[in-house]
Amino acid sequence: MDRRENLKLIMAGTLASSLVWTGCSTETKVVQAPVKAYIPPYARTDEELKILREIDEFTFFNEFELAKLNVLIDIIIPSDENSVGAKEAGVIDFLEFIMKDQPDNQTLMRGGLIWLDFTADEAFGKYFLEITSENQKQILDLIAYPDTAEPRFQNAVLFFNLLRNLTATGYFTSQAGLTYLGYRGNTPNVWNGVPQEVMEKHGVSLDSKYLEVYLKPEERDITAQWDDNGNLIT
Amino acid sequence: MSFQIKEQPNLYDVIIVGSGAGGGMAAKILSEAGLSIAVVEAGGDFDPAKEEDRTQLRWPWESPRRGAGTRIRPFGDFDAAIGGWDIEGEPYTVAEGSSFDWFRSRMVGGRTNHWGRISLRFGPNDFKRGDIDGLGESWPIGYEDVKPYYDKVDKLIGVFGSKEGIYNEPDGLFLPPPKPRLHEMMLKRGTDKMNIPVIPSRLSILTKRINNERGVCFFCSQCNRACQIYADFSSGTCLIKPAQKNGKVDLYTYAMVRKVTTDSEGLATGVSFISKIDMKEHKLTAKVVVLGASACESARIMLNSKSSQHPNGLANGSGVVGHYLHDSTGTGRAAIMPALQNRDRYNEDGVGGMHVYTPWWLDNKKLNFARGYHIEYWGGMGMPSYGTGFGMDTMRQYIKDEFGNVGTNGGYGPGLKKDIRSYFGSMVGMSGRGESIPKYENFCEIDPNTFDKFGIPVLKFHYKWTEQEVNQAKHMHDTFEEILTKSGAILLGSKPGKDTQYGLQAPGRIIHEVGTIRMGNDPKKSALNSNCQAHECKNLFVVDGGSFVSQADKNPTWTIMALAWRTSEYIIKELSQKNI
Repeated sequence: MDRRENLKLIMAGTLASSLVWTGCSTETKVVQAPVKAYIPPYARTDEELKILREIDEFTFFNEFELAKLNVLIDIIIPSDENSVGAKEAGVIDFLEFIMKDQPDNQTLMRGGLIWLDFTADEAFGKYFLEITSENQKQILDLIAYPDTAEPRFQNAVLFFNLLRNLTATGYFTSQAGLTYLGYRGNTPNVWNGVPQEVMEKHGVSLDSKYLEVYLKPEERDITAQWDDNGNLIT
Repeated sequence: MSFQIKEQPNLYDVIIVGSGAGGGMAAKILSEAGLSIAVVEAGGDFDPAKEEDRTQLRWPWESPRRGAGTRIRPFGDFDAAIGGWDIEGEPYTVAEGSSFDWFRSRMVGGRTNHWGRISLRFGPNDFKRGDIDGLGESWPIGYEDVKPYYDKVDKLIGVFGSKEGIYNEPDGLFLPPPKPRLHEMMLKRGTDKMNIPVIPSRLSILTKRINNERGVCFFCSQCNRACQIYADFSSGTCLIKPAQKNGKVDLYTYAMVRKVTTDSEGLATGVSFISKIDMKEHKLTAKVVVLGASACESARIMLNSKSSQHPNGLANGSGVVGHYLHDSTGTGRAAIMPALQNRDRYNEDGVGGMHVYTPWWLDNKKLNFARGYHIEYWGGMGMPSYGTGFGMDTMRQYIKDEFGNVGTNGGYGPGLKKDIRSYFGSMVGMSGRGESIPKYENFCEIDPNTFDKFGIPVLKFHYKWTEQEVNQAKHMHDTFEEILTKSGAILLGSKPGKDTQYGLQAPGRIIHEVGTIRMGNDPKKSALNSNCQAHECKNLFVVDGGSFVSQADKNPTWTIMALAWRTSEYIIKELSQKNI
């Protein structure tokens, strides 16, 4: 039985048991399933490879959940004129992996995604994905602001904190996210201190006591030698 | 990863158990004297210069978990150290009411693949704490005995720093230190107002060439991932590999030592180990056995090496083996520096770790705790990793938008995205690392009810902090709050209170545990003499932190290596004079 059939059965069961759905359809958009987990080709022990292969063997999110996530993560981290959003940055693949790698979060994630649907149903009589984006944001506003959210939504607030955290971290550790962030490192270079104009902007300066002591980039390839008192002389 | 098992070789001159800082140094020095050596390591071989072992310079997206820690690599998916707090099939137990977390690295180089490269000499006072404050014992040796070896370690391994002339923070043969990062200069505004010293840090990273075998730092800040050009110190790259080039060193990997074997006179004859490859027991023989398996693992081996001559465990007539276990204290605090929001971007990776630190600066006679701590500073525009962007449910209230208005906690959308970008590089913080009081009551012993997957009985830990450490942790937090506030930062979270021992981390968490096989002049109160030779087994030596009488508010690695060098020279002399 394929996953779509499963999904229909699951949803039908839900319909029959607890919720009264009005005017909703079990048709959902089919989205591409996440790519298989990437197994790094480097420095992994046999035990680590076993864990990675086990993760690769099953899929956590079903297609209905993925459809919701694709909408949600782009609401959390959208594209703008100069940068892509979370969806295009590949955050879905990261979410799929990290849910399996850190199973403690699975219940909160799964429960939260369903909460969105039955809350949408109670408010608008439709699945979360079938309401307007304005209505979607009205639901998210119930749970997106922890300091002012109603106590009865506390579980869903925790779910949204988790989703916000993971979406943000997935985005800002992606190639697109790093570019947007402006991170400049992870490349061989020679550190010669904070740029002068930056120090001036922040009103700090180097301690003159150490100016002669600090490493001089032009001398770093000269082999170190010390005198009898331990002073560096080359 | 490679492995080798050699069946029944010749009698070695020396067997060294463990390839970390102590075992590595012993292998280097003893091999240079032409001795035949077996190095027995519980983990696999590791060489970051090999492409398959390289995690350095990889991008966060190359890790499917974006660098998040795992059971096997708790400090992150790219961290070089393999093992962690909880190793499959290698348990340890903790007595009720006690706490102890034991970090182990199963690989060539041991835990030197993990540490922060902070390389501080113990000062004259650090060897004489018992005499100064009356709590516990002083070492049977002093700074003057170890100084020549610190000098040698500085030259061989390389450490950057600045000459400061502070009595208990002895200067070494330093390489030039790097200039400070922006947040480090901004935090100094706070410390300056409090007359707290901040000096260039002292890390074993080559800011300048020291020989042709190792490269010079290219400032990626990733020492914890192991350096492919060997520009930082780890025992595998800087000690074990050079030792192997001397030609008479056999490296046994995946070899878990069960016991030291002894003869009818109680002298060591070699070791018995279980190979993780074939899960069989193997034996090696030697004239001398050197334990460098780590303070607790070496104590475990000794306690598991009972014989009719050593009924209480090998060389443990004193009963001190396993006792006086002590780790550094540690706690920390984070804050957000509004002046660093939306900061200019540039490559601020620098070396792996802080560029400045604070050595202990106060007089304990005026305080309600006996021993000091140093402060490590953190912050900067480091490479994003798992966790970047977390916490916006509590921190957005401090992040200003382009109009200077602070945000609302939580949320989503374009504002959230911009706020995280603005916030990047504005988090700062500090950690204290302090000296604790060694106590007989804090110890590890053999747990008769549990063994590991090799059938070797495991350790059971008994450890409680005392008022000394708790008061010290409170002082750390008072100090951190004042520094952070006075440097213009907004404190995050709340100050831990008495109910949590002021945020004092569990014993073992700082990974500086030492003292379990301590040295001393009195064989009734110590297991080793001042040359790290067992009082009751003259051809058994210990070169890890087990020999420490007290662990200063310094990281122990530099002292482990200086003592291992000193002990190795003593072994060479005793062997040549046929005393052992």
